[in-house]
Amino acid sequence: MHYAAERGITMPSLLQLFKQNIRQNSMLIALVAIMLLFQVLTDGILLKPLNITNLILQNSYILIMAIGMLLVIVAGHIDLSVGSIVAFIGATAAVMMVNYHINFMVTIITCLLLGFAIGAWQGFWVAYVKIPAFIVTLAGMLVFRGLTLVLLQGASIGPFPTSFQRISSGFIPDVFNGKDLHITSIVLTVIFLAVIIFLDFRKRQARVRYGFEVNPIWVFFAKNVFITAAALYFTYLLASYKGFPNVLVVLFILTVAYTFMTTRTVTGRRIYALGGNEKAAKLSGVKTRRMVLLTFANLGLLSALAGLVFAARLNVATPKAGTAFELDVIAACFIGGASATGGIGTVIGALVGALVMGVMNNGMSILGIGIDWQQAIKGLVLLTAVFFDVYNKSKN
Amino acid sequence: MSKAILEMRNITKTFPGVKALDNVNLTVKEGEIHALVGENGAGKSTLMKVLSGIYPAGDYEGDIFFQDHKCQFKQISDSEHLGIVIIHQELALIPFLSIAENIFLGNEQHRGGVINWDKTQVKALELLKLVGLNESPDTLITNIGVGKQQLVEIAKALSKEVKLLILDEPTATLNETDSNKLLDLLVQFKNQGISSILISHKLNEVEKIADSITILRDGATIETLDCTTQKISEDHIIFGMVGRDLTHRYPERHSQIGEKVLDVRNWTVHHPLHPQRKVVDNVSFTLNKGEVLGISGLMGSGRTELAMSLFGHSYGIDIHGEVIKDGKPVNINSVNKAIANGLAYVTEDRKTYGLILDQDIKDNITLANLERVSSANVVDQNQEILHSRDYKEKFNIKCSSILQKTLNLSGGNQQKVVLSKWLFANPDILILDEPTRGIDVGAKYEIYTIINELAAAGKSIILVSSELPEILGVCDRIYVMNEGRIVGEMLRKDASQEKIMKCIMQQNGE
Repeated sequence: MHYAAERGITMPSLLQLFKQNIRQNSMLIALVAIMLLFQVLTDGILLKPLNITNLILQNSYILIMAIGMLLVIVAGHIDLSVGSIVAFIGATAAVMMVNYHINFMVTIITCLLLGFAIGAWQGFWVAYVKIPAFIVTLAGMLVFRGLTLVLLQGASIGPFPTSFQRISSGFIPDVFNGKDLHITSIVLTVIFLAVIIFLDFRKRQARVRYGFEVNPIWVFFAKNVFITAAALYFTYLLASYKGFPNVLVVLFILTVAYTFMTTRTVTGRRIYALGGNEKAAKLSGVKTRRMVLLTFANLGLLSALAGLVFAARLNVATPKAGTAFELDVIAACFIGGASATGGIGTVIGALVGALVMGVMNNGMSILGIGIDWQQAIKGLVLLTAVFFDVYNKSKN
Repeated sequence: MSKAILEMRNITKTFPGVKALDNVNLTVKEGEIHALVGENGAGKSTLMKVLSGIYPAGDYEGDIFFQDHKCQFKQISDSEHLGIVIIHQELALIPFLSIAENIFLGNEQHRGGVINWDKTQVKALELLKLVGLNESPDTLITNIGVGKQQLVEIAKALSKEVKLLILDEPTATLNETDSNKLLDLLVQFKNQGISSILISHKLNEVEKIADSITILRDGATIETLDCTTQKISEDHIIFGMVGRDLTHRYPERHSQIGEKVLDVRNWTVHHPLHPQRKVVDNVSFTLNKGEVLGISGLMGSGRTELAMSLFGHSYGIDIHGEVIKDGKPVNINSVNKAIANGLAYVTEDRKTYGLILDQDIKDNITLANLERVSSANVVDQNQEILHSRDYKEKFNIKCSSILQKTLNLSGGNQQKVVLSKWLFANPDILILDEPTRGIDVGAKYEIYTIINELAAAGKSIILVSSELPEILGVCDRIYVMNEGRIVGEMLRKDASQEKIMKCIMQQNGE
């Protein structure tokens, strides 16, 4: 005990731990509360396997873009053009595949590269010419909406080849041929849970070995039991319908990759440093301009992916595709705890924020609440979430 | 003897951990020019902030009497209402509004919210004539020079029917002609019965126009001199400003100076916004292994600009000159190259340029050299914690844990985090720009000790400071800068505060 005190190691008290976790996970708790609320209000429709599957498919493109937008917001900027990029990429894909019969893989790769290039182009103006991102991407919003109309000549183009549609409407195959349950999905979840619990345990071991502060062992157990229960429950729901949709697998890979990138890599650390204090980051040797350009290029890439997913889901490219998506995506990041001045925010937070919006949309639609009221309520939720964030910070 | 317009009695103002003002008394008589002198950090600005109500009544102890009334200012407008107007060193004008609009900002000539432009114009013209500024009231502020902007500020003060005008280093950025014009104006106001308080480092100016001089040192009044009855020498003022016991404020230093590590030749830097202005003018200097080299000079003398431009061209444009490190010419035109060549720069303003305040101590310490704790782009957080903990213990950083946000640390501890960050980058040469600004005496001592240890370990240190005692207490050799040039070089044993001040004053007097 003496030794620990000398090294400045103190065991956090139960109350402290509780408070700390509440603050860190406040949006997750809010998401659970909202889900329970709508589960009751909709007489159990919300968590029906079919509805959960729909919920994922409906929100997949917002979730994909939220990851990229989070990085841009952490870097201290904003991107208003993502909705127009969704439309433009959808239109490009349609023209390539439907009008010119180009192979769908070639189309997908071209579209992703195009998205990356569009993002890099906007990032160039923001990072190197120092035009505020708001203006650059407002211009981009108009430009790419306009180019969508040019490409589609005002009409809709579709339908797409089946192989392309499967991005959005397909499910992973069940190699075990389960009867009522999609066994592959369950197996994947179990493997995943085993891996993360193992990694978490190893991390804890390493910290103990170094003599670092760690949470009490029961917290470790409680956390992992909670995660396991939640993951298994949702897997069960999905498995009792058609299993994991393809797009969920894509989302899952993106989430893991970007969470790792933001929390564990040098690149991630530098993006946060740059957003927290650009001048200090620059004087510490961070290549700030290149970083800003890359975050925009990355969002361009993810917007292109979202554009493909959206087009595949609707099975048609329309001039109106993606209208107002930028607002949902930006709102998701802020609801998820990102700071408007940069430097603060997490990938998981942004995804939770997007899900809060998604669940509310879905729940209110089931209840038959009109789109008019939905908008108003979502606006107030955004304001409330950010208010709590600001309030919490000022209390610290 | 005329009566007092302003009396500040026993003013004491404490900031957490430091007593900025300690029983300060200041009496300004009606219709006089009262000079307030003292080193940077002596408490002049704090005293003026107390007077103008920036620090509201209740935040300090002591009484203020203005025209025999006891005053308790809660905000600036309260003091302005009585005719006390302060003109800050950084001018508070709106660049893209016209002269007339700026003069009447906050005091618009209006009727029911609608601005009377004719009245504005006429009154602005009158005021401009009073201050001797021959410009159209419609000219935008951004289109006139600093000297004229200063006059606009004064016109603005006059529009508020000023009784006591406070000028904080009004001539610091002015050339000789503009300075003289401004000083003449103050004398003219005096004859019209307006008192002024002049804060200045330029003692020749003070000598020329002041009727009384109050000297502050370490937050206390040293003396008030009456210039109308006796001739006050500059030496007398300088002694009053700097004369203090230096023992025990600086750790003992046994220097072991090695061979030359850095040789900077003909370094010239131009102002980023005014490309024809040389901020650093043909500066050459050398630095040896294990040496603590001081760069002294007043604010705006080009010290920080020299340091920042050396550190990867972080300041200025059109930079010329040679940098020779360990006998080889090096190219350091980006921060990364500077770091790679073993340079580190601890900035003057740690909050704006030094720290990511929203991040914890650990993340700040490793930022400049993340490669050291990462492989294949992945950061090893356990290594980070180990290193950060080392620095925390070595430098005695007071915090709840290294995972605490740097925002919540005290100034001294923040500075230690910045120092740790740069030591983690493992430099040979550390440039420290005002490393002890705004931190308390105890933390200062700790920082000086760190400096000594680093020099003893063979690092070379460039210490940029406007506090003369600090320069004398810590450095082996001293360069004096003024107006972008090096105007003096001396070894510690030959140096004194008077000598350094003289180097600067001679230049200013020319």
